[in-house]
Amino acid sequence: MASGELSCKGLTKVYSASNGRKALDSVDVRIPSRGIFSLIGMNGAGKTTLVRILATQLEPTSGAASIDGIDVVSQAARLRERIATVPQEARTVPWMTPKQTVLSYLMWRGTSYADASAKASEVLGRVGLGQQENVLTRRLSGGMKRKTLVATVLASEADIVFLDEPTTGLDPISRKELWAYLGTLAKDRFVILTTHYLEEAEELASCIGIMHMGRLVGLGSLDDLRASVKQQYSIRISAGSAVPEVKEGAVTRSRSGEAQILTTEAEAYGLSRLLLDAGAKFSMSKISLDDIFFHLVNRGDDEVSRR
Amino acid sequence: MKNYPVVLINTVLSPLSFLLLIAFVTKGQLLPDAIEGGFIMSMFNSGTSLQGDLAHLKNDFKLQDMVVSSPTSPAAYVTGMALAEVIYSTPALAVLTVLAAIYIHPGPLQVLELVSVFLLMFLTSIAIGYTLSTFSSDIVQSFAFSRLISTLFSTLPPVYYPITYIPLPFRYAAYLSPTTYAAEISQSATGLLSLSTAGTALAWVVLLVTTAILAVVAAKKARWREV
Repeated sequence: MASGELSCKGLTKVYSASNGRKALDSVDVRIPSRGIFSLIGMNGAGKTTLVRILATQLEPTSGAASIDGIDVVSQAARLRERIATVPQEARTVPWMTPKQTVLSYLMWRGTSYADASAKASEVLGRVGLGQQENVLTRRLSGGMKRKTLVATVLASEADIVFLDEPTTGLDPISRKELWAYLGTLAKDRFVILTTHYLEEAEELASCIGIMHMGRLVGLGSLDDLRASVKQQYSIRISAGSAVPEVKEGAVTRSRSGEAQILTTEAEAYGLSRLLLDAGAKFSMSKISLDDIFFHLVNRGDDEVSRR
Repeated sequence: MKNYPVVLINTVLSPLSFLLLIAFVTKGQLLPDAIEGGFIMSMFNSGTSLQGDLAHLKNDFKLQDMVVSSPTSPAAYVTGMALAEVIYSTPALAVLTVLAAIYIHPGPLQVLELVSVFLLMFLTSIAIGYTLSTFSSDIVQSFAFSRLISTLFSTLPPVYYPITYIPLPFRYAAYLSPTTYAAEISQSATGLLSLSTAGTALAWVVLLVTTAILAVVAAKKARWREV
């Protein structure tokens, strides 16, 4: 079980064919290496680049990174003893069965055939693929293929696991099922998870990193991230209802005419009384990860445009 | 192989098709040379197939990334995948072994020499295939390279017939390929080609040095971790 910390200092990556554009721009991270650390961000934000560097697949241009004190560059061989990964766009080999997939992966990692075979069957049963373990993966659904890939790392002895967008393209039911397995996985391992789905990070992560244009614009637990935003409350007002004047917050409108006010706690209570008196249809809640994400990403855009 | 047995047909047909062609055209005169050529092509093509397969698994399935982030060393990965390629070649090698026993009748020392040459060919091609596969970012490009290397090193050089059949100026080009030396040693070992002791020694040196250089290049320059 990982029990130290994940640390990055000034981690920067410039790909040779990128005309000097920084895929990662001086990323600093220092978090405990336990639970699920979820990286969220838009396409091209730098999530995969960061994960590939931490998983020893890619060399950084500058800066340093370590997990539990093991440097990802100079001590890569030592770190590889403890890690396993399911890369973004990883696919199951269609001419192999789930059992062959997990078994061969375990044998690559040095497990004997007998142990790998037993472990593969046990883990595939645990993720609900016991009936399909000997069916060619090309005959399986997308969700089953993804579960097969997650089963490979679940079956390994690795205590640091990287999952790069493991639920992309899955239907909502398969996604929720996979969330349950990820929760199990994180009980005794450190999971680094990238995702496009903010609710996934909100549901699973003990620590969330928000990436935008190669930079880490937010880092911490959901409560930490909420605390970093001045406007902590969200009021959603149905289309047709009058929107009261807002002093400390910001108002946005959706295409359907629904208005959203992000504001401070004090103003939120004041506004809710006004809305109640006016008979408006509205709901009030603490800001969600979506709200925090859009706030931090927009702030990141402002900072970039000021440079 | 168990799941897609059809792939075996290609690995059997590819070396045997040239063998049949040479045997028919020369009315069986060069059949022993062609059998040895079939061995060389089979072993060399294991490496070129490895290149295509590794690139396919790396780019389309992200297998290399999964293996990099694990305790598996590059040497263990390549050895495992190379042995898998040999298994694919087993049917062709079995047919060629039977033909060799019937038409060449090699003695124990000759068998040892032939097996050594074929193993060197295998190592050479595996080193080339692995190195190129780690630089590949596209499977179409990779398969094009794989076919090109196969043509340049196992089809064009005098592998299925003696080098003396090639007009002199073209022999110099043929000597740029390690498969030419492998064929010379094999043909000389079984009495199909008259090669001086110095010529044989030179061919061995070229083959050994080429294999060693390519192995070092594979170990030092292949992109296991991307930069």
